[in-house]
Amino acid sequence: MVDLVASDYVVERPARRQRRLLPLTESFPVRVTLIVIALLFLAVFLILPLVVVFSEALRLGLRAYGAALIEPHALAAIRLTLLTALIVVPLNAAFGIAAAWAITKFDFRGKNLLITLIDLPFSVSPVIGGMVFVLLFGLQGVFGPWLAAHGIKIVFAIPGIVIATLFVTLPFVARELIPLMQKQGTQQEEAALMLGANGWQTLRRVTLPNVKWSLLYGILLCNGRAIGEFGAVAVVSGHIIGLTNTMPLQVEVLYNDYAFAAAFAVASLLTLMALATLGLKTWLEWRAGTLPARTRLH
Amino acid sequence: MAIALPQRTVIPGFGLTLGITLSYLGLIVIIPLCVLFYKATDAGWVKFFAELTSPRTLAAFRVSFGIAFLAAFINAIFGFIVAWVLVRYQFPGRRFVDSLIDLPFALPTAVAGIALTSLYSVHGWLGAPLAAAGIKAAFTPLGILIALVFVGLPFVVRTVEPVLLDFDRELEESAAMLGASRANILWRVVFPPILPALMTGFTLAFARAIGEYGSVIFIAGNMPGYSEIVPLLIVIKLEQFDYAGATVIATLMLVASFVLLFAINLLQAWTRRRQGG
Repeated sequence: MVDLVASDYVVERPARRQRRLLPLTESFPVRVTLIVIALLFLAVFLILPLVVVFSEALRLGLRAYGAALIEPHALAAIRLTLLTALIVVPLNAAFGIAAAWAITKFDFRGKNLLITLIDLPFSVSPVIGGMVFVLLFGLQGVFGPWLAAHGIKIVFAIPGIVIATLFVTLPFVARELIPLMQKQGTQQEEAALMLGANGWQTLRRVTLPNVKWSLLYGILLCNGRAIGEFGAVAVVSGHIIGLTNTMPLQVEVLYNDYAFAAAFAVASLLTLMALATLGLKTWLEWRAGTLPARTRLH
Repeated sequence: MAIALPQRTVIPGFGLTLGITLSYLGLIVIIPLCVLFYKATDAGWVKFFAELTSPRTLAAFRVSFGIAFLAAFINAIFGFIVAWVLVRYQFPGRRFVDSLIDLPFALPTAVAGIALTSLYSVHGWLGAPLAAAGIKAAFTPLGILIALVFVGLPFVVRTVEPVLLDFDRELEESAAMLGASRANILWRVVFPPILPALMTGFTLAFARAIGEYGSVIFIAGNMPGYSEIVPLLIVIKLEQFDYAGATVIATLMLVASFVLLFAINLLQAWTRRRQGG
């Protein structure tokens, strides 16, 4: 088992070279091979799909591309998607701050269970995330008859889309804030309160500035998912073109109608959003000084 | 559950923030998921088992779990190589590649679905050469595998990377000084502490893959019994207003998710212990 690596070389090379012969990294050919394998894998699975989106979107030319984007149904989809994100992101951000405050500033039993429950939507198939609201608010659902009697539509309407998106994106802000605020402890808040600040002032002037990069990070990821969510929204939307189609659903409808260029045109907007999210995310990690922030899994 | 008085503290807002947390979480997550279980018992045992043992359901579970497992396995191997290369080697564009890893998290699944389909269809950039070699990728289980590899790609990389970064290089140096070969060092010194993280990444990728819908349905072809995944079967049953059937299948999926979540928690605890903190 023990083969003295250096011994083979000592004879012909000067002794001072001996240290470099310790096998602390792989040989040059192995390194190059591994880098090539990794880059090829990523090129096939990440870069090529990105390139395809834009190449397909522009297949019929720039004019057709622009026309596909300002088409009324596409515009309606863009509006609905932005509206959903505009409602969902602030609500889940507020929830995230409240949950992080309760969990990190106080001691109580069941805390770990609560953290697990907050993370739950990430473990559940998005299809199930949409389906539970059909079971609750659909015509055959628990509250279905009552809602129908009062003329309230949730499923196959905008409220259903909003609630399903709330479900899917609920953990994002909370899971960024909780670990950081746990690490920061309570001393600064206690000092502020002792000096006469009230709870709100403490939150606004002490806690939030301390966690602002993580908060923005969570909001960014929450927003990206809210705009791009497909499975959960597909179940509750009913695919009513121009009314309950978000951008990802519009992509599906167009694609299934063989309007490939138009589908990829809308998809290219979503792709740009995703790339912007990635860029901002890298910038935030750099700003927060946590680079590389590598524990993020969603 | 989370009902206990906090220790004496000057910080205000315990009741308010915990109240908001519990009611919001309850309304949006807990109660809806409980309704799913409640509706499943509604179906009755006979219907429950009839639904679960129907050939179409069984086939969908085989397809979903089998291909998700394979995809997670492929991701474990290549994810490990990618993480290794990104942490240990220097090459131009390394930082750019590193920030691109999270693309599958950021790219909407429907977009990934149509892009992969167009890439691997018979006339696609990769589909055409594959077809020439006699391999049909899109609209077969192989297409599902490709989509699931895409979706699960970041998990292994992102769980292995921090462990590799924290790894104490002095251990490697000592082993080298003591005369171990490079292969021996990798296998006996480097690999064991990374194993828990690798398994965590594998399980996360697997858990994500069994629930994935958007990126798969375009490329799968969706032939019942052949390339139909469980989430799609749920959607089809919902569209046919077979709520009982959909509920039964969804309940089983949910139980599988809980088991995996539990496994992931155990694995993460193991990772932390291995890292000594």
